[in-house]
Amino acid sequence: MLGWRDFHRMRAREIAIQVGLVLLVLFIVIGSVRSAQVNLAALGITSGYSFLDRATGWSYSFSLLERSIDDPYARTLLIGFLNTIFVGSTSIALATILGFAIGTMRDSRNLGLQVISSIYIQIFRNIPLILQVVFLYALLIHFPGPRQAHSIADAIFMSNRGIMVPVLSMPLGVVAGVVLGSVLLGIGSARHAGSARRALAVWLAGTAALFVAAAFLFTPESQNMVSYPELKGLRFVGGLSLSVELVAMIVGVVLYGAAYIGEVVRGGLAEVPKGLREAGESLGLGTFAVWWTIRMPMALRSIIPPLGNQWIFIMKATTVGVAIGFSDLFYIVSTSITQSGQTLELIAILMGAFLLVNFALAQAVNWLNARLALKGYGA
Amino acid sequence: MSAAPPAIGAFERLQRRAFRTPLDGLVTLVFVAFLAWLAWQAVDWGVLRAVWRAEDAALCREAAAGACWSIIDARHRLILFGLYPFDEHWRSTSAAVAIIATVVLSCIPWFWTARRLVSLWIAGFATYYLLMDGSLLGMAQVTTDKWGGLSLVLFLFSSVVLIGMPTGLGLALMRRSRLPMVRLVASLLIDFIRSLPLLTTLFTAAVVVPILLPDWLQGDKIWRIIIAFSLFFACYQAEVFRGGFQAIPSGQFEAGMALGLGKWQSLSLIILPQVFRHALPATINMVVVTFKETAVVIIIGLFDLLASAQAAFGTGDWVAYYMETYVFVALIYWAFITSLGRYGEFVKDRMKQDEH
Repeated sequence: MLGWRDFHRMRAREIAIQVGLVLLVLFIVIGSVRSAQVNLAALGITSGYSFLDRATGWSYSFSLLERSIDDPYARTLLIGFLNTIFVGSTSIALATILGFAIGTMRDSRNLGLQVISSIYIQIFRNIPLILQVVFLYALLIHFPGPRQAHSIADAIFMSNRGIMVPVLSMPLGVVAGVVLGSVLLGIGSARHAGSARRALAVWLAGTAALFVAAAFLFTPESQNMVSYPELKGLRFVGGLSLSVELVAMIVGVVLYGAAYIGEVVRGGLAEVPKGLREAGESLGLGTFAVWWTIRMPMALRSIIPPLGNQWIFIMKATTVGVAIGFSDLFYIVSTSITQSGQTLELIAILMGAFLLVNFALAQAVNWLNARLALKGYGA
Repeated sequence: MSAAPPAIGAFERLQRRAFRTPLDGLVTLVFVAFLAWLAWQAVDWGVLRAVWRAEDAALCREAAAGACWSIIDARHRLILFGLYPFDEHWRSTSAAVAIIATVVLSCIPWFWTARRLVSLWIAGFATYYLLMDGSLLGMAQVTTDKWGGLSLVLFLFSSVVLIGMPTGLGLALMRRSRLPMVRLVASLLIDFIRSLPLLTTLFTAAVVVPILLPDWLQGDKIWRIIIAFSLFFACYQAEVFRGGFQAIPSGQFEAGMALGLGKWQSLSLIILPQVFRHALPATINMVVVTFKETAVVIIIGLFDLLASAQAAFGTGDWVAYYMETYVFVALIYWAFITSLGRYGEFVKDRMKQDEH
């Protein structure tokens, strides 16, 4: 039997284990910091964040904002962060759409759709992402030069300088405003429109209207509403230039992510009881209506949690862009480290940024999950 | 209860799956035609019009030539072995075979006891190390900075799994501990590593750790990367094990106590065997993901398969044949990952059948 004496002794041992563990962690942390201070002092680097105000003096491949080599580190890091968010969220959106299509095809009863989608998944899921991205990059930079560019309907040009597409000639600030408005509209309609289908319709129509209105109001007088790329001498003018790095990066991550999301979607659809499909069909609903109004809403409950993990994975996967010189946050931080030597501070910024992004994404997924939960099911 | 559906022939089955309605039939035909076209393009380029031998490399420049496999013929040693000394390539090959054999053997259920698995992996790993390094066997020593190509990928993979698996189990146990501080430390570490991209963790190990640690503790870069990668693996694997623990009814713990077993005895004799069983499919999945993720070490400056491939078409007359090289490397990765993945699906199906 356990007496109070044994109880007392066990508690003492447990307390000793915990104190020992905490001391060990403290020792590792304090020891590393001390050692770092000694090592950095030997290299002549002053620690602290004052370097953020210094000009960098180097350039990089891609930026959403105006940039120059005189930018301070703070702005350059911000641009890297925005690039990561931009590529990450664009890839998440596109991979989700493609993934739902692939997953639905995998689940379909049509042999052709099944075969092609399972081949797709077998190929893109079973080759490392970084290999796919460098492969795509190599293909794109071996396109002919601007003079011999492949063109689609004389509007889209593909050359080794990137892909040129027509674009509405609005200032960048207006585009940002339209995107923000569209996001707000999406949230608003999701809250108030009642059904998912109506919310989607309101959001799509509203976004289109915003775009057209902005195009009418904000196109500069001297320009056409749509700017087409044109070959002038050795390079293209007008239109929007998507750099080789950006295209390789987004296409690579989207193809890879969609293969994973496709499997998630297929798994979710497979979990919907077969009787529901038969019930829908016996009510006279067509294949699409059964999928959209019965199976998908049911499947979403088991799709959302793993889908959220895939989103977080895609956001983190954008770091492989460094292999082709795409200037995401990781690229900017590692270049900054080589150039400035402020290793600890920059790594702290990198880790902090990813913790923040992951936390925000995880919150968004939790919110989505709670909204979609069936009343009376699960916890 | 329900009558068996009437047996249908192959033709009728095909008709039901592919041509239920005219639209269905059209979709099937369009996609089959598209696939056939793709397959034809691939065969035409990769086989029919391809140039195969290194001596024929001049033929690759002709307009009608397809894939130039000459580059693989000429450079496969560089791609597979990296900078490993040419005369010692047989050692690198045998070492790679030792790792592959280890992985294949651990797929056999006879090995699925803790003692057999651990001995198998340590034996495989030791064989690899002794052959690659060579100094202990009295052969010319080859230091880790010369290791490369496919052998390096297999080395990274096996050491990460070997170190990461027990660490992951330790972290999972810590996270379930009754002691709040132990739980806190494990949870913080697991959640922290899991929110960072693998590359950030590896980069920190390669670049930051030399600043943090005193000189005598730093070790080779490759070992720092392996330890960081193992930590990454362990943190994910700890969550896999946690899922396994959650699948076990609390009655099992109580049964152990009722038999008079101590905490560690009931853990190792009753609980863990069931945890491993429940966690098996997710564990295999994690192992497959790890194999794929090893490819990012090129960014940290290790000479892995991808780096040696880029070196193969990076110089001389071979610059134009990047595509052939990438296809070759992609096929190698694909073969490994697909077979591991297929095995995972097989195990999952087997377990599903056993439950019924």
